[in-house]
Amino acid sequence: MTTSEIAMASASSTGSKVALLRIQNVAKSFGKNMVLRDISLDVAEGEFLTILGESGSGKTTLLRIIAGFETASAGEVWMGQERLDLQPPYRRPVNTVFQSYALFPHLTVEENVAYGLRVAKRPEAEVSSRVQEALEKVRMAAHAKSKPSKISGGQQQRVALARALVNRPRLLLLDEPLSALDANLRRQMQVELKSLQREVGISFIFVTHDQEEAMVMSDRIALLRSGELEQVASPRDIYRTPATAYVAQFIGHTNLLKGSVQAGKARYGALVWPVALPDGPVLFSLRPEDIYLSPTSLPSNGVRVRGNVRHRAFHGATELIQVECEGGLTLVVRTPANGSALDEVELEFSPADAVLVRKSAERV
Amino acid sequence: MFSRSYKAAVTVPPVVWVTVFLLLPYLLMFCYSFWSVSPSQTIVHSWNLANYSELFRVDVYWKTLLRSMWIAARVTIFSLLLAYPLAYFLSLHAGERKDLLYQFVIIPLWVSYLVRAYAWKTILGSDGVLNTLLQYAHLTRHPLEFLLYSPFAVVLTLTHIYTPFAFLPIYAALEHVPRKLVEASDDLGATPGQTFWKIILPLSIPGVVAGATFAFVLSLGDFLAPMLLGGPSGIMISNIVVSLFGAAYNWPLGAAISLCMLVLVVSLLFFSERLEKKWSFS
Repeated sequence: MTTSEIAMASASSTGSKVALLRIQNVAKSFGKNMVLRDISLDVAEGEFLTILGESGSGKTTLLRIIAGFETASAGEVWMGQERLDLQPPYRRPVNTVFQSYALFPHLTVEENVAYGLRVAKRPEAEVSSRVQEALEKVRMAAHAKSKPSKISGGQQQRVALARALVNRPRLLLLDEPLSALDANLRRQMQVELKSLQREVGISFIFVTHDQEEAMVMSDRIALLRSGELEQVASPRDIYRTPATAYVAQFIGHTNLLKGSVQAGKARYGALVWPVALPDGPVLFSLRPEDIYLSPTSLPSNGVRVRGNVRHRAFHGATELIQVECEGGLTLVVRTPANGSALDEVELEFSPADAVLVRKSAERV
Repeated sequence: MFSRSYKAAVTVPPVVWVTVFLLLPYLLMFCYSFWSVSPSQTIVHSWNLANYSELFRVDVYWKTLLRSMWIAARVTIFSLLLAYPLAYFLSLHAGERKDLLYQFVIIPLWVSYLVRAYAWKTILGSDGVLNTLLQYAHLTRHPLEFLLYSPFAVVLTLTHIYTPFAFLPIYAALEHVPRKLVEASDDLGATPGQTFWKIILPLSIPGVVAGATFAFVLSLGDFLAPMLLGGPSGIMISNIVVSLFGAAYNWPLGAAISLCMLVLVVSLLFFSERLEKKWSFS
């Protein structure tokens, strides 16, 4: 097979959608420090993919490799039939929205947005109409003549977005673009950004450390941990069926049950339930909202345990309560915050909700 | 926050210093410029504008002033042409060698001005290194006379001496250009050349203005280089002031010329500061 045939073959692995960008076995090290190890990832046409990870997980480095600001130590980045990683940043059909926006301080909002078109020597009539259109799309047309220092952070954010989108890139990279905004504005921008992405139909690669943001906006989430991909899946799948203990803990709250299987029964302290697994030590993730306060309408095969409430954390619509169960185990349970203040409770969960997860490899 | 005595202790000395060593001498110079000298070589304290009219009437004074400005302008241009690429390379492309190379630019500043000026005399003289070399290589038969004792020698020497002064502010300005902006420009499809002309150069203008001001002001008032290397054709306005205050014993005229220079330089500084402000965005 030629490389392009391999490209076609692996493109089909993303399912019905065509892979726009393919990252193949990319690794990066700074001196002796391995930042990324063997990353392979496809991004489909029109997809909103989030690279999620803690600081230091290598997510920004991966983005910078795609943009061309860093060179991969190993591996390849393909866009369609082209090797993207062999081209300088200014030749890549990719645009970036930077964390600090990086607007040019000596140019007006309008000139900032026009920059990409002007350096590409587009006719001036086209430049002004496209700039106008882009500014209207992000509702910044009224500030066209302002300098970046004269507008607010949220507005700078919009200008940065317009400046990237006006070039109609095939892929837009966003490096924690919302992290500098207030919580309220951030939620509003999350919705705006997502609907804008649907509207323009451009693939987005969005980098964030905020799992909630990732869940709200993404078609798929790629969770990075210490330079390795932990899991790539839709928000629903990554939440419902986390692959590893790390994923289960990083995304939402969970109870990690470190138990064992013997003769078709899983055992975790005093809790016992039937499973179809070979004997040995196992790790389950059980979401707090999958544990109910009895009596419930669960089928009769529910696992039940009595316990005492040790701590309550009010979260508005729900409450997270810490329950110390018989046998000394502690489980976190999410209940509707209806003011029930019982200290002694009976808990119940369905065995199907205890999801088997892999132990995460020890890493620094 | 601070006690009165502390405030007094930190403000009084500089104020006294500036008054005694700067304001009083300038005031004295200002007065002198309106006085005159009697035929018996004494200062006459009669207020008049004769010195200023002489300055504009006698060819040698205003022509030398113009020549000084022309020399300073050339020094400024050559210093910028040398300093900018150097600063650009050091700031953006030198990588790990940056600090070492920076020291190499700074070290010449530690060598006495006089030594460097004499070095050029040795190089440019008719028995100098350059002429000997040219004749040895049979490129010329006789020593080139224009090398030494000419405006050329003065411009060359002053450029050598003041290039580091132009370099420093340009380098500082380039260091302050956020690298994210260079990346953003790259990302938007600008070639390295476009990024330079549209982003890096405009954002380093304050440094260029400061560097140009240093080079121009310092070389405009220079008197050692023209004295050592200028010859009759390379004389500058400071040499005239020196001789007026010295051998000619015409302090009033010397003071008048100095005051004109002062006004020129101060207005230049004022103008360049305005320009720097206009081009700074942080």
